[in-house]
Amino acid sequence: MATKNWQVLGKPVVDDNPVTLQILGICSALAVTTSLDTALVMTIAVTAVLALSAVAISLLRHQLPHSIRIIVQITIIASLVIVVDLVLKAYFFEIGKRLSVFVGLIVTNCIVLGRAEGFAMHNGVVRSMLDGIGNGLGYGLILMLVGALRELFGRGSLFGKQILVPVSQGGGFEPLHIMLLPPSAFFIIAGIIWYIRRKRPEQVEKSEFRSQEESE
Amino acid sequence: MSGLFDIFLRSVFVENLALSFFLGMCTFLAVSKKFETAFGVGLALTAVQTVTVPVNNLIYQYLLAPGALAWAGYGDIDLSFLSLIAFIGVIAAMVQVLEMTLEFHIPKLYRALGVFLPLITVNCAILGGSLFMVERSYSLTESIVYGFGTGIGWMLAIVMLAAIRERLKYADIPEGLEGLGISFVVVGLMSLGFIGFSGLG
Repeated sequence: MATKNWQVLGKPVVDDNPVTLQILGICSALAVTTSLDTALVMTIAVTAVLALSAVAISLLRHQLPHSIRIIVQITIIASLVIVVDLVLKAYFFEIGKRLSVFVGLIVTNCIVLGRAEGFAMHNGVVRSMLDGIGNGLGYGLILMLVGALRELFGRGSLFGKQILVPVSQGGGFEPLHIMLLPPSAFFIIAGIIWYIRRKRPEQVEKSEFRSQEESE
Repeated sequence: MSGLFDIFLRSVFVENLALSFFLGMCTFLAVSKKFETAFGVGLALTAVQTVTVPVNNLIYQYLLAPGALAWAGYGDIDLSFLSLIAFIGVIAAMVQVLEMTLEFHIPKLYRALGVFLPLITVNCAILGGSLFMVERSYSLTESIVYGFGTGIGWMLAIVMLAAIRERLKYADIPEGLEGLGISFVVVGLMSLGFIGFSGLG
């Protein structure tokens, strides 16, 4: 059982990553990654919501009537997100301000509803929680990677600490402003997906275009 | 009047929800393989967005905002923390109403949209539109224009992406980058193009 639980926790981190393989929760993965600290806060927030909603829904799974389950799930998730939002406002006001609407948008983050519906509805409490944490970490891994690249090359800093000295202060680093603009996030994620799929060819989607060509 | 037109232009081009705020990305990437379905989803999203943003605006102004309950004699109550639950409820209800209306009156469009209509409930562009409306404190008229504009902008983006992806069938794409990878690159390039509009602001 112990190894199985480890698999539940570890699998979503790389092998079954929510962002690059399941294509879930991309909106926020792109929007909050201009710097590493917002990416970290977002990771913690999403992981907390994922784990707690998984526990709540897993506990309720035998009582929930099938027809209204989506509404109940959304309400549970929305309540948890409100709690997270209030905690952020109370203790991390600055970062909460920079995340702006994206904290609220965790409600419609498809990872949370997707895992609730796909995993927590059919599994026990502990496994659901581990699955929630695992997916949160897998999501966070991509988020931190993109955040680190964008902050390092866009501003020359990590967590707001200057690492590369820009030319304007006598160093040899020219900040790449495009890294702070939206398109760079798309390119970086495309690169990450490309790398993962070269390493693990079994993740490549079966190309419908290629098979069409072959059948002709 | 020029103020309203300004909001419309901004929401369509300069602050395009899909390409500069990354909202509705899941649907955006998942249903943009065919031109017709992309157009249908865009249409449905515009309809829902044009209705929900003003309705949420009314709910926020008269029920939830700090001091909004003054008309009922409870001026010191601040219910704004409930806005998330209220908004998502309104969106789910509106999608349901739209679904039933379409089924009765325009069955052809209803069948064309199929499963994408209910999926719009969890599209973050809709909730995002309402949250931005609160953050920028738009009035009722402004929120109607904003809802319509963001819907049109999102539709424009998904239709463009679908058109490009249909053409990609004939492209020779590097191994491992096919499918999702190349779509991200295409969206990135489109987003780069839309940055050009920010000079308009």
